[in-house]
Amino acid sequence: MTLQHVLFLVFGAVALGAAIGMVTARRVFHAALWMLLSFFGVAGLYVLLEAPFFAAAQLFVYMGAIGILIIFAIMLTRGMMRQRLPRVNDQWWFAGLLAAVLLGVLAWLIWQGPWPVSAAAVPEGSLHRLGTVLVDPEGYALPFEVASVLLVMSLIGAVTIVRER
Amino acid sequence: MVPLTWYLILAAALFCVGLYAVLARRNAIAILMGIELMLNAVNINLLAFWRYTDPMVPTGQAFAAFVYAVAAAEVAVGLALIVSIYRNRETVDVDEINLLKW
Repeated sequence: MTLQHVLFLVFGAVALGAAIGMVTARRVFHAALWMLLSFFGVAGLYVLLEAPFFAAAQLFVYMGAIGILIIFAIMLTRGMMRQRLPRVNDQWWFAGLLAAVLLGVLAWLIWQGPWPVSAAAVPEGSLHRLGTVLVDPEGYALPFEVASVLLVMSLIGAVTIVRER
Repeated sequence: MVPLTWYLILAAALFCVGLYAVLARRNAIAILMGIELMLNAVNINLLAFWRYTDPMVPTGQAFAAFVYAVAAAEVAVGLALIVSIYRNRETVDVDEINLLKW
């Protein structure tokens, strides 16, 4: 049981516990706060995976941008929060059963397979290599450009959809 | 080092919690949060496989970066749709949004 194991268990418990808090929270605003905590736990896992860029991006993009967007949307649709409706629909037991069965199958599959793991250390400048491969025509230049077009289109689309007419 | 299976099982658990949120919650915003949770679980898998197979090849990292971009696009459009529906129908309860249902 090294420090890494302990940190994995701590961050994993934060991520999973906050996720469960998110789906069981009565108010959707509390669910959003649980979701932010879950994202934080996942960011800790990225640090353990020696991907500090993704930990920082997790904090900025997910906890920052997406969290703020979701909280804005909750504030804009506040009428829903006042009603005392059940927070889950009629098929919640079926959804829970399906999720539990899927988790069982996935865990069984993960346990079965011998995963070809190498103990190679992360080389120096792995972030530099990622940046190079993202704009390399032999690498991921085309998906990178498509992703930027997708972002622009979705932002224009979002503005168009919510504009007052 | 932490075994790879620990990461995979944690990601599977996060994915299933997100799936439950998507299938069971009534509030459309809560459903969107479940989708974000599922995308996060996928990202954990991508980065774990990158770290534990060949860290020299940044393919897993590149795919994780694309998942970030797609998640940002998805949440922007999804929340815009929800706000627009709320303006027109005064509800974000997906049980009452049944215009396209026959």
